[in-house]
Amino acid sequence: MATIQIKLNGKTVECERGQTILDAAAAHGVRIPTLCYHSQISRTGACRVCAVRVNKTMYKTACTEPVAPGMDIVTVDPEILDMRRGILNFLLAEGDHNCLYCEANGACELQSLCFEHGIDVPPPSSAPRNLRVRDVSSSEGLRREENRCVLCGRCVKACEEIQLSRVWNFAGRGSHTHLTTGIRDLLGESECVQCGQCVQLCPTGALSFQTVLGRGQAWELTSRNSVCVYCGVGCQINFFTNREGQLVKAEGSIHGPNRGHLCVKGRFGFDFVQSPKRLKTPLIRKEGQLVEATWDEALDYAAGRLATIKAEHGPDAVMSFTSAKCTNEENYLLQKFMRGVIGTNNVDHCARL
Amino acid sequence: MTNSIREIPVSEAFFIIGSNTTENHPVIASMIKKAVIHGGKKLVVADPRKIEMARYADIFLQILPGTNIALLNGLMHVILREGLHDAAYVQTRCEGFEALEQTLQKYTPEYVAGICGLADPDQIVAAARLLAAAKPMALYYCMGITQFKSGVNGVKSVANLQMLLGNLGVAGGGVNPLRGQSNVQGACDMGGLPNVFPAYQPVTNPDARKKFEQAWGVPSLPETPGLTIVESLNAAIDGKVRALYIMGENPVLSDPNQHHVIEALKALDLLIVQDIVLTETAEYAHVVLPSYSFLEKEGTVSNTERRVQLMHRVVEPVGDDREDWWITQALANRLGAQWDYRGAEEIFDEMRGVTPSYAGMTWERLDRELLQWPCPTEGHPGTQFLHKDRFARGLGLLTPIDYTPPAEEVDPEYPMVLTTGRVLEHFHTGTMSRNSRILNEIVPGPYVEIGPNDARNIDVSDGEIVSVSTRRGSLRLKAFISDRPKANVVFIPFHFREAAANVLTIDALDPACKIPEFKVCACKVEKVYPREDVR
Repeated sequence: MATIQIKLNGKTVECERGQTILDAAAAHGVRIPTLCYHSQISRTGACRVCAVRVNKTMYKTACTEPVAPGMDIVTVDPEILDMRRGILNFLLAEGDHNCLYCEANGACELQSLCFEHGIDVPPPSSAPRNLRVRDVSSSEGLRREENRCVLCGRCVKACEEIQLSRVWNFAGRGSHTHLTTGIRDLLGESECVQCGQCVQLCPTGALSFQTVLGRGQAWELTSRNSVCVYCGVGCQINFFTNREGQLVKAEGSIHGPNRGHLCVKGRFGFDFVQSPKRLKTPLIRKEGQLVEATWDEALDYAAGRLATIKAEHGPDAVMSFTSAKCTNEENYLLQKFMRGVIGTNNVDHCARL
Repeated sequence: MTNSIREIPVSEAFFIIGSNTTENHPVIASMIKKAVIHGGKKLVVADPRKIEMARYADIFLQILPGTNIALLNGLMHVILREGLHDAAYVQTRCEGFEALEQTLQKYTPEYVAGICGLADPDQIVAAARLLAAAKPMALYYCMGITQFKSGVNGVKSVANLQMLLGNLGVAGGGVNPLRGQSNVQGACDMGGLPNVFPAYQPVTNPDARKKFEQAWGVPSLPETPGLTIVESLNAAIDGKVRALYIMGENPVLSDPNQHHVIEALKALDLLIVQDIVLTETAEYAHVVLPSYSFLEKEGTVSNTERRVQLMHRVVEPVGDDREDWWITQALANRLGAQWDYRGAEEIFDEMRGVTPSYAGMTWERLDRELLQWPCPTEGHPGTQFLHKDRFARGLGLLTPIDYTPPAEEVDPEYPMVLTTGRVLEHFHTGTMSRNSRILNEIVPGPYVEIGPNDARNIDVSDGEIVSVSTRRGSLRLKAFISDRPKANVVFIPFHFREAAANVLTIDALDPACKIPEFKVCACKVEKVYPREDVR
């Protein structure tokens, strides 16, 4: 990659040819605010929030414009800030952005930008604020409050470029532009497979997960990374729990083989962990019924019976199934137990099933 | 997988055979879809059902269940006839070419089309040309190759094809089995198999036994390979296996021929089931031991591309549950062992000492690096794709394989073909997915997928109840009429306890690896008239 020189906020710096202004600035520690831009999808340049002044004369969107030799870039000054405030005011006026009753409160990129730019009085509303689609129950997993939409297009691209189900698109023109999922325009009646990638990328509360509402606000959630338990792709997932320790939502981690993506099972298949059906104590069969027991009772009974059966019928009368759902350590230990303690190679698991 | 998920953009073409990728490995499917739809890469799909991937395919081969080997031989026949194979690669890297060539002679497109139920033999010619022209071409398969009594031969056949085309040992190529469980790769790597210690060191090898005897401080280790799951259930019925210790499996729903499985479990003197909920299997247990779910555990799992990843505790454990390793250790110590593991990392450290392919992976490295086995030393970067420059055995072995029909072919009494599998929203026996509210809301119950013509033949409309019977059992199911199944083929997902598909499946096994033939058996489908319900 060839290196070129540009002027960034008055300083001459080096960057790579082909880089966008946004990336070149970031490489030199200069942050340019963005809204429609997201690293996992192609560049859009729709929202204009990232506009910077180039060569004193023109504004360019930093997320789409490549750097050129000698380019003179100013990322922030009173005039640019004024323009950004104007854009944000328009976005606020266009939709129904009331953080009081929005799931995204605290995790909303529009909210953060408004806060950052000191927009303290909501603009008077002239545009229709409540005319867009409110589709909150047709889909089992996803909610759509389109009056919170800023038309950034991330959801369209998430579905087009990451999930490839191509459910979302824009319909209408000008101030009538809105999202659509097709003729019936209900998520639940579309081709949507509920991978939830559009929700994960949505910068506002326009799209959200059914699991989140009423179960904790953004700042109350803590996230911890683990690996999905379903198929063998090994998607890394950031799981969010609320103050009560309940699982609230799952987001694909960019660090895993999944690169941020998930399927419907990874996204929504976690509440079995906190299901009331979970076993809580050991059980022993007494007079035909499984009854609660202490660990000592259960382990003594199981080990005692294993010892007797091994003594009477030999180690090969004992069999064990290890698990493709358990960790490497647990599988290692169980085969060590069967081979080294019981004395048989009778150990297998569901690899063939 | 011989290759890696991140190589998908490098492949020029994909051949998906026996994998309903968008439903069973959706994230990988999306990456392949992106390469095909946006990248213009080529795609050939072979499956008995017109699965979603077939929509994007340049060529879709809708073959009868159980005819993969015939199709693969047909493709190789065309490739050799037209001289499209990578002769230099075969010459320098492989052996056994002549024998393979001879076997392939009779597999003309016409002959193969007859076996596979393909109307147009030219489709096979076109697919062979397309796959040979694009390099590297990646082959992806799943249980639709392996779950047959000829499963091992199916795997050897896909390897034959990729060796002939010179697609092994190159980035973007490979033979890529998509593993269906989060740690099925790791369970195999760890020696959760009857014939091998960790890292596939054979129990029949005296040196391997000696190594493990020393590492574990035991005087001797058993030298005869043990039983596979299905064999052990037969042995339980015969009274040879008396005790069964199950950690996190649910054979009552996951194994073929359910009546037979239950009979085996009932015959046991001792059934220990260690699981997170009271599964269908645990209901037959003498002792049930409650264990941690994946979100309560720390530990490592190995994915389909041999990548080892750390899991972290996300939620606090339930009730008095324990980690699976803790329970195994507690049993071992009651049987005279003196184990003192205090956490997963200690077990991992011992494991990597005896497992050469994991030897270079430390807990710290796993935390910050992408590591795929083999990773023999702590300075080793791990292995992105296997068989570079040479195969594990030296030369790649081309094996002549003949097509053999399934164990049970259709006949006048059972005139249709039954195949089984998973759906997008559910997983295996449903222990997890059916206890997840949203997944269960999307797909709440069982059904049989049947083609419109077959449905018309028995006068059934969508949503009506049919009975599906095989020589082993019978189920009543809602008919789901779709244009996906091939004519005369029906599909039943096996997740549902209330209509367990494995009441119907056959327990015929592959003679080498003992995999059951879940993907094909003969069945009949009849309409159930409402009157019968009343009576």
